[in-house]
Order: sequence, then structure tokens, then C-alpha cells
Amino acid sequence: MTAISLRGARLSYGDRVLWDGLDLDVEPGEFLAVLGPNGSGKTSLMRVLLGLQPLSSGTVTVAGGNQAVGYIPQQRALDQSMTLRGRDLVGLGLDGARWGLGLRHRRERRIRVDAAIESVGATRYADEPIGLLSGGEQQRLRVAQALVGDPTVMLCDEPLLSLDLANQRVVSELIDKRRREAGTAVLFVTHELNPVLPLVDRVLYLVGGRFRVGTPDEVMNSRTLSELYRTPVEVVRVRDQILVVGAGACEEQTHHLASEAAS
Amino acid sequence: MTIFDLLELDFVQTALIAAAVLGLVAGVLGPFIVTRKMAFAVHGTSELAFTGGAAALLLGIGVGYGALAGSIFAAVLLGVLSRRESDRDSVIGAILAFGLGMGILMLALYKGRAANKFGLLTGQIVGVDSTDLTLLVVSSVAVLAVLAFIYRPLFFASVDPDVAVSRGVPVRGLSIVFAVLVGVATALSVQVVGALLVLALMITPAAAAMRVTASPLRATVLSVVFAEVAAVGGILLSLQPGLPVSALVTAVSFVIYLVCRGVGAVRRAA
Ligand SMILES: Nc1ncnc2c1ncn2[C@@H]1O[C@H](COP(=O)(O)OP(=O)(O)OP(=O)(O)O)[C@@H](O)[C@H]1O
Ligand SMILES: [Mg+2]
Repeated sequence: MTAISLRGARLSYGDRVLWDGLDLDVEPGEFLAVLGPNGSGKTSLMRVLLGLQPLSSGTVTVAGGNQAVGYIPQQRALDQSMTLRGRDLVGLGLDGARWGLGLRHRRERRIRVDAAIESVGATRYADEPIGLLSGGEQQRLRVAQALVGDPTVMLCDEPLLSLDLANQRVVSELIDKRRREAGTAVLFVTHELNPVLPLVDRVLYLVGGRFRVGTPDEVMNSRTLSELYRTPVEVVRVRDQILVVGAGACEEQTHHLASEAAS
Repeated sequence: MTIFDLLELDFVQTALIAAAVLGLVAGVLGPFIVTRKMAFAVHGTSELAFTGGAAALLLGIGVGYGALAGSIFAAVLLGVLSRRESDRDSVIGAILAFGLGMGILMLALYKGRAANKFGLLTGQIVGVDSTDLTLLVVSSVAVLAVLAFIYRPLFFASVDPDVAVSRGVPVRGLSIVFAVLVGVATALSVQVVGALLVLALMITPAAAAMRVTASPLRATVLSVVFAEVAAVGGILLSLQPGLPVSALVTAVSFVIYLVCRGVGAVRRAA
């Protein structure tokens, strides 16, 4: 059974088309990287899969519905003064949507929360105020929050943003481990393909209403990206890294850096 | 009269029960209000409770019902109007100013006892009678029951709205329901500490508690304890010297807040 299936999917806001005619099947255990410049509709795709944004046309199915999805939102640092510990954030991922106080099954709940925290190596700081943790520590707890509900699909919206190389590796490997062990399908939005390149099965590349789906080799080459960006783009492989050089792509990169610096 | 003689009096006992009930409700709601950054909304709601109370006074119906109507109206209006959080403050500011003005107009038109007028703004807990107490207890139980039912999703929506939405939590609906709960609690508090000082019960204890712990459960327990100490303690302290209740409630509440800030600062530095 496929984990995610989109058929003839179209999303437009007014007369602005983000993508159209998108057919996509993601299999259990598959790692799909979603790439594209700012505003190309990556977060919107996640919202469609979560059922928060209706398609303009076409169909979408997610195995198990949104209760079976582990979602890591596009990062916004948590409020410094927030009265919340990592373990509370993780616990919400388990049963935060249920009604009532949740006084029953507290032991069992605690065991599952502890296990999720342990699995991302966050035990040491799980009882600290979460606003005081570093970005990397917060992000590990976000991963634990997504994992604790035993998801069949993980939607990760730029989970590597503002992490250093070591933490980028930790976070992406945690997600990779999950899909290998439990067959969870992963949609992974990122601006940097290289840190996850060894993990990626396929790439969905969105640019200005056009898109391409395929293996990294099929998509990340000069011809395909030049077509997508409609301007000459040069893709070079240096050892196991992919470097994209070109007008549109470069512009996008600097734009991205500028917006990151501003936020 | 000694303080023990005073404690024998019926109206003092009624006042203490009212304060204890209010302390519980305000203490439980407080951490949510602080987390959701609704301090100003509470203030705005309490001003409209004042307007409602003033209207009731003028029309000759129970002030408590007027206050309740005013603050629920305010809560729903605020919930519906401010879809975007960024313009919430200005919406509240506009409504608050208008409501306060109308309230003052209605008080000016009222020809009855002046003490009734002043009481709405600064509290008149010793004026709480047994019918008021029944309304207070019933409303408080209702507020706590609804809160218990929506507790987890409300907490989720308050601290982590993006993920809560992704799990199907009705974030928008919950914020309206919560605003109504706050409205009811505010209307009740207005009768004890008055419209101007509601924040001393609804915000200050929770803000103090949240300075000294990062655990939501512990914060709620402490917030209730602080609110009880402020409300009940404030009344007890006011009896002997015959000072205004609201002044002592706010003073106790503020002292607790200062101590907690100090403790929090020392801990962080350590
Ligand atoms: N509800 C909405 N109504 C109208 N336009 C919207 C809405 N949501 C998103 N958009 C627009 O759709 C475009 C795509 O937004 P989206 O957030 O999906 O981009 P993205 O690919 O995630 O970008 P980024 O890399 O900056 O996160 C943007 O131009 C945005 O302004
Ligand atoms: Mg995005």
C-alpha cells in the first residue's frame, strides 16, 4: 500500500498556480526530498497532505489520515519564557489532541515518552525549560515529538534549518533510522540536498509552477534544472556533493541566505 | 472587635468562600492566559464586565448578571474579531475604551447608592450575598468542568499551534471557548476585586508561578496556591484595619510575584 498518493493535484491561490498535474506515489520506507526556491509551494504541499489546505483539483490520500502523520513544522524558535519542558512537547505528540485531562494510563504514557526522548538522545535536557535549549536540542525534541505517535508518514519541513553540520547529520539520521526500522515514508523539505543526499531515494523539485520527480541523478543534472528554472543552470558533482551554479539558482541561494539572516 | 469575632460574621464567611472559589478558578485559568498572552484581553473583558454591571445597575437587575453578560459578549467579540493575532491588541484597545466610556455614562445616569457604583470598579466582596454566592459557585463549577474536558487540546493549541493543527485540534474553536471561560471567570472576579484589579487574580499568580517552574502541572498547582493566598489572605488582612479588600489582594499578589521573580532570577544565574 502506498503511504502517500497524489493524482492530478493542482494548487493555486487566486490565479497563481503553485503546481499542477502532480502525480506522486510515496511508498512506505521511502525518503523523498522536496526542493525548490522560497515560495515554490513546499510548505503548501505539506499542508495539503495534512488536510489543512484543500486542493484546487485532483485527489490526495495519506495512509492513516493526519493522526498517522508525524509533522515537524518549519522552524520557529520557541518562546524563551515558555513554561514547557521537552517532555511536555513530546507528550503532546502522543495524546495532545485527545479530549479530557488524560489522567489514566499515565505510567504507560511516561514509558513511551521516555523511550522517544531516549531514542533521540535528549534525556539529559528533557526536563529543562524548552525555550532555553539550543536550536539543535529543540529540533531533536521535535523529532521525538513526531516519532512518539508511531507515524506511518513523516512530514519534515526544513528540519535542518539553522543547524550546524553535526546536528544536521544527527537529525537526518534519526529520521532515516525510523523509516528503515518502521517503514515510515518520509517527505523531507530542505534547501540543502547534500547533507541528506546519501539517504534520498527520490527528489521532488518545485520551481515557479513547474516540477520534476525522480532519483537525484535524474533531477539534479544541468539539463533538467535548466528546464525547470528556464535559464542555464550548471550542476557539478564534486566527490559526493552536488553543486548547483546558475542565474536562477544562485539568486535563490542568496535570497535564502538573506531571508535567513533577517529572521 | 477582634479578628475572631469578625470571622463569626455571616458576610465575612460568605466573602471568604467566594474568594476561595475564585482563587481556584483564576489560578487554574491563569497559566493558559499567560501562555496565550491574553493579559490585555482579560483587562479588556473586565472593563466590559464593568459596562455590563453598570447597565444592570441602571436597569435595576442583578449586577452579577450584567457583568456576566458584558464579559461574555466581550469574549465572543474578541474571539471572532481578532483572527490575526497581530491586530488583537488594537481591537481590544478600541473596544475597551468605548465600553469604559459607556459604563461611565450609565453610572452617571444611575441615581442609586454611590457605593454600588464604586464597587464595580474596585470590588465589594463583603457585599456578596448568598444568591450571588450560588451563582458564583455554579458558574465556577461549569468553568472548571468545561476546562477539564478541553484541557489537553487547549494546552496543545496554546504552546504548539502548528503541530496541534496538524493533528486535527480545532485551534480556532478552542480559542473562542477559552475566551468565554475567561469571560465568565472575569465577570465573577469583578465582583470581588473590581474591574480595575481583576489582573491581580487572573494574571499575577500564574505569572509568578511560571517564573519558578517549567513544569506545566507544577505551574498550575502553584498558581492556584498563590491565587488562594492572595484572595483569602487579602480579605483576612483587610478585616481588622478595615482597609479595602482589593488593595490587599493586589498587594499580596504582587509580593508573591516579586518573590518568585527573585527566586527565578537566582536559579537561572546559578
Ligand atoms: N493561504 C494562502 N493564501 C494565499 N497565498 C498563500 C497562502 N499560503 C501560501 N501562499 C503563497 O503560496 C506561496 C507558496 O508558499 P509556501 O509556504 O508553500 O512556500 P515554500 O515553498 O514553503 O517557501 P519557503 O521556502 O519560503 O518556506 C507563497 O508565495 C505564499 O505567499
Ligand atoms: Mg516553507
